[in-house]
Amino acid sequence: MSAQKKAANLDEYLKAPSLFGFGIGRIMTIVLMVLLFILPLIAWYMGNKFYLDFSSRIVCLAIAAVSLNLILGFGGMVSFGHAAFVGIGAYAVGIPSHHGYESAWLHFPLAMIAAAFFALVTGAISLRTKGVYFIMITMAFAQMAYYFFLSLEEYGGDDGMTLWSRSDFGFLNITDKLTFFLLSYALLALCIYLVFRIVNSRFGMVVRGCNSNEARMKSLGYNTYAYRLTAYVISGAMCGLAGALMANLQDFITADTMTWTRSGELMFMVILGGAGSVFGPIFGTGVFLLFEEILSAYTIYWHLPFGVLLILSVLFIKGGVNGLIQRAWKT
Amino acid sequence: MKKQFIIGALASALMSTAAFAENLKVGFITTLTTPAAVIGNDQKNAVDLAMEHLGGKLGGKPAEVVFEDDGFKPEIGKQKTDKLVQDDDISIIAGYIWSNVLMASAKPIFDANKIMISANAGPSVIAGKRCNANFFSTSWQNDQTPMAMGEYLNQSGVKSIYVMAPNYAAGKDMAAGVARVFKGEIKGQDLTTWPGQLDFSAELAKAKASGAEAIFVFYPGKAGGAFMKQYQQAGLKGAMDLYTVFSVDGISLPKMQAGKLDGVLGSKLTNQWDPTLDNEANKKFVADFKAKHGTYPSFYAAQAYDSIKLIDSAVAAVDGDMKNIDGLKAALKEAKFDSVRGNFKFGNNNMPIQNFYLREVVEDADGKWATKVVSTVYTDHVDPHASDCKL
Amino acid sequence: MSTLFLIQLLNGLQLGVLLFLLAAGLTLVFGIMDFVNLAHGSLYMLGAFVCASLTFFTGSFVWGVVFAIPIIAIIGYLFEVLIVRHLYESNHLDHVLATFGIILIADTLVQLSWGPEGIAIPLPDYLSGQVEILPDIIFPTFRLLIISSGLLIAAGLYWLITYTRLGMLIRAGASNRTMVSALGIDISTLFAGVFALGAVLAGVAGMLIAPITEATIGMGNDIIITAFVVIIVGGIGSMKGAFIAAILIGIIDTLGRSFLKDILEIFNESASAETAGPALSSMLIYIIMAIVLALRPQGLFPPKVR
Repeated sequence: MSAQKKAANLDEYLKAPSLFGFGIGRIMTIVLMVLLFILPLIAWYMGNKFYLDFSSRIVCLAIAAVSLNLILGFGGMVSFGHAAFVGIGAYAVGIPSHHGYESAWLHFPLAMIAAAFFALVTGAISLRTKGVYFIMITMAFAQMAYYFFLSLEEYGGDDGMTLWSRSDFGFLNITDKLTFFLLSYALLALCIYLVFRIVNSRFGMVVRGCNSNEARMKSLGYNTYAYRLTAYVISGAMCGLAGALMANLQDFITADTMTWTRSGELMFMVILGGAGSVFGPIFGTGVFLLFEEILSAYTIYWHLPFGVLLILSVLFIKGGVNGLIQRAWKT
Repeated sequence: MKKQFIIGALASALMSTAAFAENLKVGFITTLTTPAAVIGNDQKNAVDLAMEHLGGKLGGKPAEVVFEDDGFKPEIGKQKTDKLVQDDDISIIAGYIWSNVLMASAKPIFDANKIMISANAGPSVIAGKRCNANFFSTSWQNDQTPMAMGEYLNQSGVKSIYVMAPNYAAGKDMAAGVARVFKGEIKGQDLTTWPGQLDFSAELAKAKASGAEAIFVFYPGKAGGAFMKQYQQAGLKGAMDLYTVFSVDGISLPKMQAGKLDGVLGSKLTNQWDPTLDNEANKKFVADFKAKHGTYPSFYAAQAYDSIKLIDSAVAAVDGDMKNIDGLKAALKEAKFDSVRGNFKFGNNNMPIQNFYLREVVEDADGKWATKVVSTVYTDHVDPHASDCKL
Repeated sequence: MSTLFLIQLLNGLQLGVLLFLLAAGLTLVFGIMDFVNLAHGSLYMLGAFVCASLTFFTGSFVWGVVFAIPIIAIIGYLFEVLIVRHLYESNHLDHVLATFGIILIADTLVQLSWGPEGIAIPLPDYLSGQVEILPDIIFPTFRLLIISSGLLIAAGLYWLITYTRLGMLIRAGASNRTMVSALGIDISTLFAGVFALGAVLAGVAGMLIAPITEATIGMGNDIIITAFVVIIVGGIGSMKGAFIAAILIGIIDTLGRSFLKDILEIFNESASAETAGPALSSMLIYIIMAIVLALRPQGLFPPKVR
């Protein structure tokens, strides 16, 4: 069977997700992306810098969630260790800075390469396993990374390290909150576009095919392991980028961002928005952070309603916010 | 529906920032959830008591303390600090139990030219290389307390010790602090996983086998109680004398008494403060705190109480003009308030120059477990990092 | 050195037994219902807190344990009926998220009802001393009690699974769930019962450790990950695997904490060994898990038919 024929078979098998979804999904996603852009700017214009930073946080974490969605939502690889990539990306900014190398052109590529390398090594081992074994082994690798960075006393160890000056882009001054927001927003848009292109490419079809029926893909002659590993590495690199941005946003780097609860939160952002839809993770991240911010403003016991929300969303909202809206539109 | 909610939430959030400006506000960041909340609650009680003593006013102006919970995590603490600095535009933010939360939150405060007052954490960086004119402490620098203990061990002729502390920055500081001063032999040292590890069986067995004369430990919060219990169960009381820093305090003693951990009775600890210190401010603080909450205040509470009294003195000096940051800084530096630890003055790095006392765990007149001052180890002690500070 | 080694071996055994109690429940629930329960650690925490309250109420640790066990069984049963039951049809990902939510709820509820400070449980005098097992080997009595009661429970579970009708159903369920329901067994009662049994095992583990470490919020979150490592290494659904892996990991973890630093010091100068030692010993169990899975992706003792 020729490669074209294989692809044609797959085309029937998998309906390509469109960039903007259908019907209400299209309207909603455009509206939300525009809101995510306009509201912070209004806040900034009114002189409140806090909500600009808050929106930057949504945007940065959305990049991480989008990258997780690539393998979780489309590839069916439930990584419970994605926070490790965020952490590695962050340390790729912090460690060179500590030694006086502050160029962003060093930090950002390094963050992506280091995260991709970690993804390659751990993915090569993890992808030999299936199901819950995969969930747990990715978690184990993240825990290893966590303890590793915790032990680096030179780089703050348990205390974390303060980033006394942000990455230097030369012509761009990202110490300015607005510039930082615009840069992250542009990178988020780029990542979304990339993921969209990937999942609709022949490569993406194979990865998605592995999710639905790996045996079938194998019988079609694909080296499914190599395809899945490649997707895993791409996702890791993208998540490393999110980490580099987070480090600059927080001005602070800590190994705490790599603990398993953080990986769980990332997973929740993806699921809440609707795994397997290109825009889902952005919904999810936005709603997650807004709930966190609003609930924690009312009570220090906000974990209680938050936990209830989590359970209810798993029990009743199949397909996340995205799915909910799709169904509401149809009925 | 969801969308409307999000818009509504954002809009209301934006709105709330514009309104309300009548009360003078001061921020206080501490830990109010997780097991460490027990420390945060103690500090909150002390802050509330200080405000009560001041008639709800700071510097004579009606005032309010805004509490935020750092959730025991540096980045949450940093986000809350950002919120207080940028959203609420508050000039003085106090609190900070943990070194890592303090270090994460320092930059946004300094960048915005606001003032940070630590009511507990005292990492060496902020006392030395990265000292800042906008930073003040009503506690101590990490090294000082274990140094006082090391000095006492020398004075009392202890020949060898075994050191145990958690494997995080403060833990390493404590271990290094005692080693810096102690002249005898350190037979061994264990740094245990933090905060997960509460079972010290392996380390205690090693300590026992080392043949050291005494054991020096630093286990703050919940680990302190767990350690005492196992120290006692391993039969080390009587075999190895116990010397602690920041592990036994007004919070843990009632619990230890309920749990019948009499291994802790008679153990020695060092601190810059004790409930029995003889001065008017302290007597009033301890008596009122006990009357209100039924327990002795901890040193965390004493430091928090002092931080509010210090802020009060500065706000009075600028007559409530919280925009006058330079005036506030100058007034804070004067430290013209009645500290519960008696004499109080700031060094060049804005860390207190103060006495350190040897304390002993005893049973008080009512049969409650408490501490008393045995002797003064250091008088007007300056922390060892002050010379690195260029202020 | 050799006495120290023996004592550390006993300490490792004690940790292993504790891990087994947790892992047994996890692997039962996993093997039969195919349900990933991150909130298993919350039952461990609840066991400790309920037992602590009852110990102060009855004035005796022993009575505290006796009365706490049925309470934990009821909590486990309700947990299954109210939440877990509705998730069997969902995938593992949903299990992880929902039970993560339960952890958040349980931790907050415990703080609201018992306060944040945790509770130290007093032991009766005959349990709080030490015994000399061999000349020079002195070991806390209570830790010996943990080891022996843990081994007794393990033996009881072995009997239950090998020789009783319930055990037969459990074994059948672990290897072929559909078949069991086809046999006309009341599946929902069986599941709820198994879940309650797992809850009791976790609760007992919490009760046994609480007099040593105190009952504290979030105590389960630290150990549950280790318990997961145990069942993954042992092979999910295998009681034998869980037992062997638990003892193995308990001993390796304890010996690592105790001797790794000294071993590193032989090869390296002291300063870096001082920090690398604790870091490496924290990573040790995860390294073991990664190695085991790299070589045997189904764990050491996978159940034969799946």
